[in-house]
Amino acid sequence: MAASPYLPTEQFAHWRKIKSTAVTGVLVVCALAVIAPLFLVLYFLVVHGWSSIDWNFFTQLPKPTGETGGGMANAIVGTITLLTMASLVGVPIGVLGGIYLAEYGSDRANDWLRFAADVLNGVPSIVWGMVVYLMLVVPFKTFSAYAGGVALGFMMVPLVMRTTEEVLVLVPQSYREAALALGVARWKVIMVIVVRTALKGIATGIIIALARIAGETAPLLFTALGNTFWSHNLKEPISALPLQIFAYAISPYDDWHRQAWAGALVLMALILALNIIVRVLSRDRINKN
Amino acid sequence: MSTLPEAPAARQASEPARVSLTPQPAGAAGLPVESEEVAFDIRNFSLWYGARQALMDVTIKIPARKVTAIIGPSGCGKSTFLRALNRMHELTPGTRLEGSLRHFGQDLYGPGVEAVAIRRRVGMVFQKSNPFPTMSIAENVLVGLRLNGVRDKAVLQERLEKSLHMAALWDEVKDLLNRPGTSLSGGQQQRLCIARSLAVQPETLLMDEPCSALDPLATAKIEELIQTLRQDYTVVIVTHNMQQAARCSDRTAFFYMGRLIEFGNTRNMFTNPSNPQTEAYVSGRFG
Repeated sequence: MAASPYLPTEQFAHWRKIKSTAVTGVLVVCALAVIAPLFLVLYFLVVHGWSSIDWNFFTQLPKPTGETGGGMANAIVGTITLLTMASLVGVPIGVLGGIYLAEYGSDRANDWLRFAADVLNGVPSIVWGMVVYLMLVVPFKTFSAYAGGVALGFMMVPLVMRTTEEVLVLVPQSYREAALALGVARWKVIMVIVVRTALKGIATGIIIALARIAGETAPLLFTALGNTFWSHNLKEPISALPLQIFAYAISPYDDWHRQAWAGALVLMALILALNIIVRVLSRDRINKN
Repeated sequence: MSTLPEAPAARQASEPARVSLTPQPAGAAGLPVESEEVAFDIRNFSLWYGARQALMDVTIKIPARKVTAIIGPSGCGKSTFLRALNRMHELTPGTRLEGSLRHFGQDLYGPGVEAVAIRRRVGMVFQKSNPFPTMSIAENVLVGLRLNGVRDKAVLQERLEKSLHMAALWDEVKDLLNRPGTSLSGGQQQRLCIARSLAVQPETLLMDEPCSALDPLATAKIEELIQTLRQDYTVVIVTHNMQQAARCSDRTAFFYMGRLIEFGNTRNMFTNPSNPQTEAYVSGRFG
């Protein structure tokens, strides 16, 4: 019986199977290596932090040195306050900048803006802290929630701007044309038709930026400073989860170390929650189109 | 010859700016001179995209309240011509033009003339239906009015119904007005876009291959609709489909390589064209 020219020889088929299995194996290992750190982080946080998380952790202030117990209520509220203030700075500038990039800017201006945004994205976060220290802390002679919010807001601007631009460019030109053909002024077309069509994408970008800055510690070191009590005034230093974690982690006390783990777990849960919101928003958008 | 009676005098009186038509020698490709109202009076019109000339020295008078079809092979400049009629071509950067283009006597490219104001009077329907995805059927129809500041509920309701009736869509959607515009079928979406254009009450409707993405039944509905529209509107339709031009237009203009080759009554154009290129195109020998 003549061998079919379409069938490999047995020896060749064997060798090919070995190669295929080997390469597939390498790829699987790499894929696992990608997700392994996430599980590593969650594992350590849960093992060390879970036992210290109780109701008090969310409702009480830190206890003075020597006393056990206490919580991070002020740091949790502080982080939420700082993220809100950062949004007040970062969202308007970022979104309007993104609208300019996508709808108005000339190619030349856009090249410069994008380059600037990419450079800003790469500015080490401690540098933001130093810049805002000179801008707002030194002149007003006090560390403050304002300064912390502005530092985080500056970090948000390039992130929000680029994602806003990306989703606006994805809005089909045909919607702009249809609205313009109705005799609607261009700025209304952009604000009502284009931005509204891309709204979920813009919101997604904002939340991604919030998740990015929620855990930042360095920009807050010289701006928000931290506070072991409630801050009743935005002109006062304010606590934040990353700052509190940092302060506790470098302390010599076991109880504070446990608190730091618990704080890290809460912070991680917050960031995870923001990312889940992003997933839900993006899935909705995909289904709709 | 007019296929429709002249418009009532009252309508003309409400438009003081319209030109009185003194007979003029028809250009080489222009229309045989008649005493009918002209919607677009276009003379020696040329248009460039950067260095490439897309329209060359077009002179044409498009009659009011008639359907004018623009035919020609791909790349002949017919869509460019249509988009120049309400200055939509300005969305493409680097365009330049020469010549004059008047709509009911008003210079569309005069100093200080705003494209936004022109487009309220010269609406446009596109090749691909494009209802706004974030809006319901009713919102889609009314968006042009709302964004131009109309707030009166009664007016909005009246325009909504009237526009959908005119677009022959009312019966199909009257119970679904709050459903998303994109939930309709392709043909319905295109009629929704026509209703959206009609709601701002333009005088003229430009249609850029409105049926090329539709099946024959949906196409028939749109063509039927064009027939009703021409009682009140000037319709200019670009089409690749010569049968469609023959079926639903009064006048036909044939463009080739950026030039207007021939313009005349549709029946003449298809049965007895005077230019050999037109004859070759309408009989399907090229294009």
